[in-house]
Amino acid sequence: MYNFNYKKPSSISEAKSIFSSCDDASYIAGGMTLIPTLKQRLAMPSDLIDLSSISELKSIKVEEECITVGAMCSHKQISESDKIRTALPALSNLASMIGDPQVRNRGTIGGSVANSDPSADYPAALLSLNAKIYTSERTIDVEDFFIGLFETALNEGEIVTKISFPICEKASYKKFPNPASGYAVVGAFLSMKNDIIRVAITGAGPKVFRIKQMEEKLSKSFSTDSIKDIVVSHDDLNSDLHASSEYRSHLINVMVNRAVLELT
Amino acid sequence: MQISLVVNNKLESVDVEPRTLLVDLLREKLGLTGTHVGCDTSQCGACTVHLNSEAIKSCTILAAQAADQKITTIEGVANQDGSLHPIQESFRNNHGLQCGFCTPGMIMTSLKIIEKYKEKKVNEEIIRHELEGNFCRCTGYQSIVDSISDYLENSSEKL
Ligand SMILES: Cc1cc2nc3c(=O)[nH]c(=O)nc-3n(C[C@H](O)[C@H](O)[C@H](O)COP(=O)(O)OP(=O)(O)OC[C@H]3O[C@@H](n4cnc5c(N)ncnc54)[C@H](O)[C@@H]3O)c2cc1C
Ligand code: FES
Ligand code: FES
Repeated sequence: MYNFNYKKPSSISEAKSIFSSCDDASYIAGGMTLIPTLKQRLAMPSDLIDLSSISELKSIKVEEECITVGAMCSHKQISESDKIRTALPALSNLASMIGDPQVRNRGTIGGSVANSDPSADYPAALLSLNAKIYTSERTIDVEDFFIGLFETALNEGEIVTKISFPICEKASYKKFPNPASGYAVVGAFLSMKNDIIRVAITGAGPKVFRIKQMEEKLSKSFSTDSIKDIVVSHDDLNSDLHASSEYRSHLINVMVNRAVLELT
Repeated sequence: MQISLVVNNKLESVDVEPRTLLVDLLREKLGLTGTHVGCDTSQCGACTVHLNSEAIKSCTILAAQAADQKITTIEGVANQDGSLHPIQESFRNNHGLQCGFCTPGMIMTSLKIIEKYKEKKVNEEIIRHELEGNFCRCTGYQSIVDSISDYLENSSEKL
């Protein structure tokens, strides 16, 4: 690791003002992605700004229509919150499948969302549930947030403060995990609200995406039969040592199938 | 930078670089070499310690992030008189280790498992899910799973 300065502000405004006074600062949340990146010398920030003492980033609020989760909530807190498990069990299940217990104890939803790893789990939940991302500057619709591989709509120094998920009637998340890391080779999040079905896929492409053709078919007839012939072309899918794009294309159908079966 | 933290119930005040990892502080500065470095890439869990009573990988946290907090390492697990903690006994009785390299991390994770499932029903699948952050290259895991389930099934007699 290259050396850096370390700062630990206690409010969002303090964090932002430190950020703007530094050459090339980076925020650190759980560090489960950033520290490995620093160790590989893939990043060389002048300053690390630790967000862990900012209490306004840590609350979980469950209302009738939506769940709002602070950016610094850990995967463990989200998987073990009784309120979330009652209102949106698919989100608790997703959180409980991330990595391993030690990673879940440190890693945060804000870090995961800001990082936009193509194999991360939360982006599928955000897109399927039509979440809103609140930042230190504005509110961003999920459709505008994930831009590409490790790329989001966040500007320099902008802090994700919380994420709100509209509560739906039914939802399911199914993933084919990488057996070593737990990251999604392919993950499918399916949600249903007022007969509107949204299918979001993570792991397969450079960023999370919806399959509108499946959504339409499932809205007409909610069964595995109605999607069995839909193939997502492998042309734009990821291909790496974990899986070829053809295999990922195949897995998409298998994962959505499993989600449909769970909800029928 | 100067930081203070409580390690195994002892207050330590140390000078570290901002980039010093917690595991390096423990091993190099405090001489607590029971915490191992297996991979240094956040995968293997050999470096597992407790931070404020949660299991974490000490190779993936800066010492500075742990400032003013409470750390427990494998050196803080046995009783004051040197006798083993019952979960350590259970590993010994069930052949829960071979070379022993992963064992400190396994014990630190096991302590959290037995705490979490003390009053609950537990099966092998749950124990294996809870052990996902700890790799063992020797035992094939079965004897480790047995050590934990033996403790949970018979803990009332052992405590
Ligand atoms: C062994 C292992 C297995 C894993 N398995 C999975 C898995 O199965 N599924 C999965 O989804 N993930 C997995 N992860 C990733 C894990 O979930 C990370 O915790 C997460 O991606 C990043 O969160 P963090 O809090 O650790 O962020 P950090 O590493 O601290 O930060 C990541 C990036 O986000 C920025 N950032 C952080 N917080 C904010 C904020 N509030 N506002 C703006 N920018 C911010 C940082 O500057 C940095 O660039 C795994 C990680 C490891 C080490
Ligand atoms: S040494 Fe920390 S996880 Fe392997
Ligand atoms: S006993 Fe050798 S690595 Fe586990």
